[in-house]
Amino acid sequence: MDWNPLLLTFKLALVTTVILLLLAIPLAYWLSYSKARIKPVIETLVSMPLVLPPTVIGFYMLVAFSPTSAIGSWLLEWMGIKLLFSFSGLVVGSVVYSLPFMVHPVQAGLASLSPSLKEASYMMGKSKFTTLFKVLLPNIKPALLTGIVLTFAHTVGEFGVVLMIGGNMPGKTKVASIAIYDEVEALNYAAANSYSLILFAVTFSILLLVYLTNGGYLKRFLK
Amino acid sequence: MIGLHVRKTLKGSGKNIELELSLDIKKGEFVTLYGESGAGKTSTLRLLSGLLTPDLGNITVDGSVWFDAEKQINLPSQTRKLGYVFQDYALFPHMSVRQNLEFALTKEQASTIVVELLEFMELLELQDRKPMSLSGGQKQRVALARALVQQPEILILDEPLSALDYAMRVKLQAYILRIHKKFKLTTILVSHDIGEIVRMSDRVVELQEGKVIKTAATADFFGLNKASAKFKFTGEIISIQKEDVVYVVGVLIGNELVKVIADLAEVRQLAIGDKVYVASKAFNPILQKI
Repeated sequence: MDWNPLLLTFKLALVTTVILLLLAIPLAYWLSYSKARIKPVIETLVSMPLVLPPTVIGFYMLVAFSPTSAIGSWLLEWMGIKLLFSFSGLVVGSVVYSLPFMVHPVQAGLASLSPSLKEASYMMGKSKFTTLFKVLLPNIKPALLTGIVLTFAHTVGEFGVVLMIGGNMPGKTKVASIAIYDEVEALNYAAANSYSLILFAVTFSILLLVYLTNGGYLKRFLK
Repeated sequence: MIGLHVRKTLKGSGKNIELELSLDIKKGEFVTLYGESGAGKTSTLRLLSGLLTPDLGNITVDGSVWFDAEKQINLPSQTRKLGYVFQDYALFPHMSVRQNLEFALTKEQASTIVVELLEFMELLELQDRKPMSLSGGQKQRVALARALVQQPEILILDEPLSALDYAMRVKLQAYILRIHKKFKLTTILVSHDIGEIVRMSDRVVELQEGKVIKTAATADFFGLNKASAKFKFTGEIISIQKEDVVYVVGVLIGNELVKVIADLAEVRQLAIGDKVYVASKAFNPILQKI
């Protein structure tokens, strides 16, 4: 069995999760506390990947990243980045596709905290930055964990976006979900089954770990 | 000395409230903000602490300007030297009692003050516990101690005792008074409880619909100075019964029921649930509505 698609899948999921964590914290912070008029629009945009068919996202990215488009040619000429049919393109696509899975839990977590926690910290002279990292985030650990895991698992399960913008290039953009499709097309059910089984087992264990941790079962068990 | 002269329109769910405040508080004074809910008491505290920005006016403390709408000065909450005790205590759940206090330290401060406060508030034994495992009264003591770590000159207490039972309140009132005196604080309290106000504060400021409607020394505010008495207690009327030519009024003082005789003229002014003050002039107890 070719392990490359699986390794690529987990690499993509890991990179996407790290980028999204860095991106989602400020975005979720802004969404939970801002009173700006534009907020509903941003909230809608963040949630769009939940309802849009992945192929729609993939299609527009395909168009946008193509060297003949303004964005695509700018990226290629000025930054030397080619997003179409490349791993970096997959990362950009996955970040957009999994955005709500990271932002929503973090935003809900922040919103569930009493505003007085934040205010108490300000009254002690602590900056917004210190307050976020020392007071707010440590108190929404379950939400952060949920966000991280959902993002990871969701990226592992990605198909449509990847297929549209990544194509099917072995070792470069051929992730596990596409490899499965490929093997089935070739009537190679045994190989398709090994990939599927591994994906199933890995995602099941990850989600189980989250529920065990957030439900406090693990703590009780370890005691 | 605090001078708070501001206006602010608060957008409520039903109607807007126009806050129009003019308040001067002397150094070392213990002032209570009194009034119905929605009168603007908590908003007053938030305006002073910078958690709410006034539309107009100015706030000065000890000669330095904290807010001035015209000069566009608005010190952030972080630089206003205030100890603030929130109604829900706002203890950080992920930190132990000691860590909660240590978090409040400024960079220059030595941590000796933390130990000192833990000792003073009798929290040494609880210092490693998380807030979750503390009782209401214990949480309150932690919140008080934490508000004092930066050694502010002004202490703000937003209904700090409203969630506690009677015995615990009395105990904590004593703590607050001790703190007020020991650290020579200027203290601003929000409270509904007349007994509490009478025990603790020097002056009462009554708010109604965002405006100061009455301000007086505590004793004058509740009319306690009108009678000279051998003893006086505050209580609540729980029954009024006619017996022959006189009325017997049942008054609950603390946990004790006291029966006081009153005549028709007195009873006319009283109703069940009224807070009264029971005093005795020689042999004749007086009932006076407060």
